[in-house]
Parts: sequence; structure tokens; C-alpha cells
Amino acid sequence: MNNGHIINIEGLIKRFPVGSGFFTALDGIDLSFGKGEFAGLVGPSGSGKTTLLNIIGSLDSPSEGKATVMGQSVGELSHKKAADLRNHNLGFIFQTYNLLPVYTVFENVEFPLLLLKMDKVKRKKAVMDALDWVGLTDKVKSRPKQLSGGESQRGAIARAMVKRPQIVLADEPTANLDSENSHHILQTMEKLNQDLEATFIFATHDDKVIQYLKRKISLADGKVINDELTPNRT
Amino acid sequence: MIALKLAFRNLIGAGLRTWQNVFVLSLAFVVIIWHRGIIDGWDHQAKRDMIAWDVAGGQYWHEAYDPYDPFTIQDSHSPLPTVWQEMIDQDKITPILIAQATIYPDGHMLNVKLSGIDPYQNILKIPTQELEVEGEDIPILLGTRMAKSTQLAKGDLVTIRWRDANGTFDAAEAKIAGIFKTNLPTVDNGQIYVPLERLRQMMQMPNEASIGIKAVNLEEPLPQSGWIFRDQQYLLADINAILEKKRVGGSILYFILMSLSMLAIFDTQVLSIFRRQKEIGTHIALGMTRGQVIQLFTIEGAMHSILAAGVAAIYGIPLLTMQAKNGFAMPASADDYGLAISEKIFPVYSAQLILVTVSLVFITATIVSFLPARKIAKMNPTDAIKGKLQ
Ligand SMILES: Nc1ncnc2c1ncn2[C@@H]1O[C@H](COP(=O)(O)OP(=O)(O)OP(=O)(O)O)[C@@H](O)[C@H]1O
Ligand SMILES: [Mg+2]
Repeated sequence: MNNGHIINIEGLIKRFPVGSGFFTALDGIDLSFGKGEFAGLVGPSGSGKTTLLNIIGSLDSPSEGKATVMGQSVGELSHKKAADLRNHNLGFIFQTYNLLPVYTVFENVEFPLLLLKMDKVKRKKAVMDALDWVGLTDKVKSRPKQLSGGESQRGAIARAMVKRPQIVLADEPTANLDSENSHHILQTMEKLNQDLEATFIFATHDDKVIQYLKRKISLADGKVINDELTPNRT
Repeated sequence: MIALKLAFRNLIGAGLRTWQNVFVLSLAFVVIIWHRGIIDGWDHQAKRDMIAWDVAGGQYWHEAYDPYDPFTIQDSHSPLPTVWQEMIDQDKITPILIAQATIYPDGHMLNVKLSGIDPYQNILKIPTQELEVEGEDIPILLGTRMAKSTQLAKGDLVTIRWRDANGTFDAAEAKIAGIFKTNLPTVDNGQIYVPLERLRQMMQMPNEASIGIKAVNLEEPLPQSGWIFRDQQYLLADINAILEKKRVGGSILYFILMSLSMLAIFDTQVLSIFRRQKEIGTHIALGMTRGQVIQLFTIEGAMHSILAAGVAAIYGIPLLTMQAKNGFAMPASADDYGLAISEKIFPVYSAQLILVTVSLVFITATIVSFLPARKIAKMNPTDAIKGKLQ
């Protein structure tokens, strides 16, 4: 972890094949994140926020340049190593929740811990703790389709947080929530950020989220156009 | 194993969808096993009937006798070997004298095969005891097919004309002593049964026979010169050939049924896995390796067939057992096959049949789960999460 940074991005370029040519979604990104940051990628639709989060999350690899996460260069990782990195250190919160429809809330949150082969007693406690953080302990037996949008989003947050990952990547976590739910969830994440010292990186264009950020990175056309600390929230 | 636990969770969690797939598969099991069982049962029954009505434990043929050549009939008879007498007395061999004759039912003329048979024999299922009647007229016995084609009924009289050993024509009235029903057309069509002694008198062939039928449980007595022993295998060769042909036909149907059920599995599995791309992408994002994902979805598919086997057992065993007990009623026209077909077929289910069917469905379900799962797991996870593969 270079200079105490948990994530280091240098000269990152991401091109997607489109027709016979390429579309450059990320165009020379240099960024680094330290432990415990509460940062957001902000910018209009199509500016490359999701693409960048996916690369940090080792779901995608750079076309050029380098992205190092927890000391590992994501473009050069084997599938197994990348899975390992996600399994142990990363928590994803998707814009569309992506709760597994056939599982109950409890089972969804338990899933990452099963992959970590945590023993049963510890697992149960960790799941209940995580559901407690997001205020969803009364829905353990519900299935995703029985949940409201806010509840689903909170379930997804609990699933991302349950293993206490070093890094949480949250893509438009409030896109489908009303204002009250948005604030509730953001406060929950803020608290988890402080309690667990996890690094949070958001992708958003929602002003409600932006208010909570301690660092705001503005993207446009795949380039970082502004990177500022917002100390008023500290 | 975590994949096993998760696969089980997926199945239970999927609820109705799981049970739909399982039901389709279980139906495939039951229909395939039932269909094969009918064919096998048919084979068994056809052979059993052949043995009961015609072949018994094998036959001794007069050396000139050739059932396919009617011209041999008048020369293929001779006195019985003396060593047979004891066995005939013990009902271990029954001699049959075969002759040709013409009958005139209702003014028509019809060539028939006359078989002189001991009314007291117990070796063949033909109800020869009905020939034990007193009277001037020759008692004759015929099958229902023959009775139908000649329009003769029990008690009717019919004129028989034959040529005896000296080549002299003779004629007499015969009286229908009985009509029997058999599944085996070859002991019925064109045949008339007469008491053995009566035929010997008619033909002037005292103590002679054309063939000797051996009881099933009798050890083979020493060969006699002038008589050729035809064992069951020889006598059943024709029917075995027909059954073999039928079995190939049956296999085609088996194959079609199997393909249909595979299509059903393929459809449900492939569709559900493609629909579940997002789920698969999410599994990967949450830290599963490709291998784990493939394993999970493959086990899930395989579990379908295991559950299906269980469900098939629940309703299939009572259903198929009932069929095996009560038989399956064949359509009336089935008689035209020329094969021994009873009105009811009792299916026979062999362990091998069940094992092969279950393993085939199991292997297919596994393969058709494995292939699409592998394809999706190999996708870029970001595309899978978006559900890009159509
Ligand atoms: N797989 C892909 N193939 C081709 N182009 C892609 C692909 N993924 C993303 N893009 C393009 O890259 C650009 C950036 O996409 P990205 O999803 O990162 O935007 P975003 O900032 O997250 O937008 P939004 O706010 O709408 O979610 C877009 O123009 C998009 O069309
Ligand atoms: Mg996006």
C-alpha cells in the first residue's frame, strides 16, 4: 500500500469496443484513497463512475495504466486471486440492490460469510449485527421481493458490511430511495465508516449523498476534473 | 461442501420454479420407464405364450418334418421310439400327428392342418380335454380366430375330407367339441385339433407321430435316430428376431422420449440460468470464483434430477406397480401384428431399465446445467450483472 494508500490508480485508461472502434470511458485517471475515506465519484451520466468502481472492485480490468487495490494490481490478478480480493476485502452495494431472490434476508447477508467459511455461531452473530446496523432485524425471514426499495437497499448494505471489509463500493445507493430513507442509510454508512474504519467510495449524482461526502471527486467524460475535500462535514 | 449447501438453498428458495422443473423431469422418468416396461412385458408375455401353447420344453421332429413346407407333411411320420412310451405315460412327452385335410364349412372349401393330440396331455395349454367326448362324429377343437373365419360354433357339424396313408380319400362329419382362446395366432389360424387315436385311425397310421413335444421340466432324453430335437432357442428364434426388430423400434421411441425430456430439462435449465445471469454476476461480485459458480449451478441442476427421481418414485411406484398388476389394455387391432399379443400387457420393469433411465436423465440434467453455467461464469462479471447475454 503505497504511501499508506489502500487504493492507487495511475494513468488508468478504459476503452470499450464499440462497433469497429473503441469508446474511451476512462481517460487517464490518477487517484488514490487512504484508509477510512468517505469519498464520492460525482458526475453526469456516462462520465465513467460505474466503470471506475468496477475496476476498483476487480470486476473489470484497465485497458492501460494501473489500479492497485490492497497492494494488488487488479488487471494482473488471476480470476481466483480477484475473487479472493473481493471475498476478503471488498463490499459491493449495487444500484439495483442485487439481492439474491431465492434467499431470505438472513441468507443474503450470510452469503459472504459462507464464502469465508466462518463457523456457524460467529456467522449468525455477525449477520444479526449487520442487520442491526441497518435496522432490518425484523425482516430476517423475508425474501427480497417482499421488501420495499429502502429495505432492499439496507439489506444490500448489510450484505456489503457484514464481513467488515476494508473497502465498500457503493454505486448510486440512494437512486431508488425517498429522501427520508436516503438520509437514514447515509447516516448508517457514515457511522459504519467511523466505527469500522472502512473506506467508502460512492458513485452518485444525488445531492443528498454529496452532502455527506468528505471528499468529492468530479468526473466528466472519463477524466477527473475536480478533487476536493469537503471539511464542513468532518 | 458449501456449493451443496447453497445449491440446496437455491432449490428450496426457488420454490415453485424448482417443483415445476422437478415435476417435468419426474414425468419423463415415469413415462420412459412405463413405456419400456410395456415393451419388455410384451416380450415376456409373447415368449411365455409361445412356450405355453406351442414350444414347451422343445420338440422332437420327425427327420422329414419341416413346418414351412406343407409337402413334407405326408411323409413326416413314423412310429414312436419305444423309449418314449414310459415318458408319454408320465406326461413328459406328448406325441402329435400332423396331417392335411380340407373342410367344407357352409359350402366353402378350406385347407387346414389337422393335429392329432392326446386329449389327456398336460404339456401344452391347448384345452385338449374338451376332445374327450363320445360319439360317432369326429370331435374337433379350434381357436377363436379359426372359428370366426369359418363361422363355426360349438356343436356345429362340418365335413372333413382327407387322404389316408394309402392315398385314399375319405370324408366324415366332425363336430366342434370346443373353441379355445389363445394369444398365439400360429396355433389357431388354419388349424384343427383332433384326438390323436382318432387321427391315427383316420390316417391308418397306428402308433405314429410327426413330432413329440417335451415337457418344460423334463431333462432331454437321449437322441433317437430318425428324430431331431429342436430346443427352445431354435423354436423361439423367429419370435426373438421379431422382438429384436420391435425392440429397435421401441428404442427409437425411447430415444424420442428421452430427447423430449432432455429438451424439457434443457429448456428449463438453460432458460433459468440465462435469466439468472445477474444472480451469477452477483455471486462473482460477492467473491465466488468461477469454479465455485459453475459447481453451484451444476449441482443445482443435478439436484433437480435427484429430486425428480424421488418425486417420480412417490407417484410412479404405485402407478407402475398398479399397471404391472392390472395390466395395460391393448387396443383391439393389436392382434393384426401376427405376434402373440394378449388383450392386456403386464409391464415388466427391470432394475437395469430404471438404473439406466435415471442415470441418463441425471447425466443430461447435469450437462445441460453445466454448459450454460460455464458460459455465463466465463463472461465479464460486469456484463453478467447487467444481464447482457441474451
Ligand atoms: N460494456 C460497455 N461497452 C461499451 N460501452 C460501455 C460499457 N460500459 C460502459 N460503457 C460506456 O462508458 C461510459 C461510462 O459508463 P459508466 O457506466 O461508467 O457511466 P456512469 O458514470 O456510471 O453513468 P450513470 O450515472 O448513468 O450510471 C458510458 O458512455 C457507457 O456507454
Ligand atoms: Mg453508473
